[in-house]
Amino acid sequence: MAVVLAALLLGAGVASGHAFLDHAEPRVGSTVKAAPAQVRVWFTQDLEPAFSTLEVVSQGGDRVDRGPAKVDSASPALLQVPLKPLGPGTYRVKWRVLSVDTHVTEGDFTFRVTGPP
Amino acid sequence: MRSRRLSAAVVAALVLGVWPALAAAHGLAGKRFFPSTLTIDDPFVSDELSLPTFFHIKQPGDSGTPPGQVTSLSGEFSKRIFPDLGLTLAGDWNLLDPASNGKTESGTGNLEMTLKYQFFTSAAHETILSAAFGWEAGGTGRKKIGAESFDVFKPALLFGKGLGDLPDQLAWMKPFAVTGLVEGVLPTRSGNKTFSLNDDGDLDIEIEKNPNVLHWGFAVMYSLPYLQSFVKDVGLPAIIRQLIPIVEIDINNPLDRGFAGKTTGTVNPGIIWAGKYFQLGLEAVVPINERTGKNVGIRGQVHFFIDDIFPNTLGKPLFRW
Repeated sequence: MAVVLAALLLGAGVASGHAFLDHAEPRVGSTVKAAPAQVRVWFTQDLEPAFSTLEVVSQGGDRVDRGPAKVDSASPALLQVPLKPLGPGTYRVKWRVLSVDTHVTEGDFTFRVTGPP
Repeated sequence: MRSRRLSAAVVAALVLGVWPALAAAHGLAGKRFFPSTLTIDDPFVSDELSLPTFFHIKQPGDSGTPPGQVTSLSGEFSKRIFPDLGLTLAGDWNLLDPASNGKTESGTGNLEMTLKYQFFTSAAHETILSAAFGWEAGGTGRKKIGAESFDVFKPALLFGKGLGDLPDQLAWMKPFAVTGLVEGVLPTRSGNKTFSLNDDGDLDIEIEKNPNVLHWGFAVMYSLPYLQSFVKDVGLPAIIRQLIPIVEIDINNPLDRGFAGKTTGTVNPGIIWAGKYFQLGLEAVVPINERTGKNVGIRGQVHFFIDDIFPNTLGKPLFRW
């Protein structure tokens, strides 16, 4: 108990944790009028670039991103991918990432585009 | 400064295509994070520490006993032996005011050890199934606070199910999850005999029976982290979006030895805040009937995610196969 508390209070370098989604652009479950040029997802932990993926698919299952996704070198908790021009519709963002302490997390969310690219 | 480089062993493992072997961790099934529940046991196997769990309730008196109160502090440490097999050690300290002898008594309860095997995990359906076998070691606690002198065995089946696989038309329901257990509480002694001399000098023998009990319960929770991350970012402030409102139901059905039908239980509404390395939980303890009690109690818990705090040492399984 004392060791655990000490590690937490001192911010010991041994601790890191799972990478959960913190926020995204476009926002999770949002409806946007103008088609975004990219998807950006911020996580709660820094990511391992070689083993972190993100893809965007249309309702028909077609890839609409210009992957591969990249971890931002200045902000290692940010994973982003540019998009092809998107028409109106609902798109699903799927991610699977490896945090720097080797914990894997995965997830997906949708956003909707109502206007032209 | 934390190193962002993976160890050579981890890189080798990844190159060999063993991604899933790295994924096991506290309460995760696909996208679903199951928090550790306060009242009933969790379905998942993990490296975790609950310390302390605080409980307090006032109890009404009856014709035989005066009104009183029960306070306890308990701890529980769980360690993965293999990725899906874990061992839990639990103990508690209790204060009874008054105890059955009319005096204020305190002391430790019996120690308990549980072996749990998580035999099914579905990421797509956010489902976990596990089997457990608990052993309460008789005679390891203080008799005056009610610790029994005999062993109690507790075989159990546990489950966890997130509703994230519902169709998108029911998106707002997806953050719901249910966990639960069905457990046998099987004392190894059917009754305790107490010998005493009455006023006439004759020997009185009092037999206190120990029934077999069907213990079951479930927890219903709505995960705001799940809502924010996978359904809709509704713009909740940081501290709010880490909350998980929860209601736990905990029921004991004695089956025999004169106690059949004398059900007791509690409904426990509360809230859990889940951080990166620990979670905090607080619940009200509401008796379901007069047999259980008349007063509302309180239960609080601090729970540490050892696999996140010490991912490369104490927080990983002892063995992998």
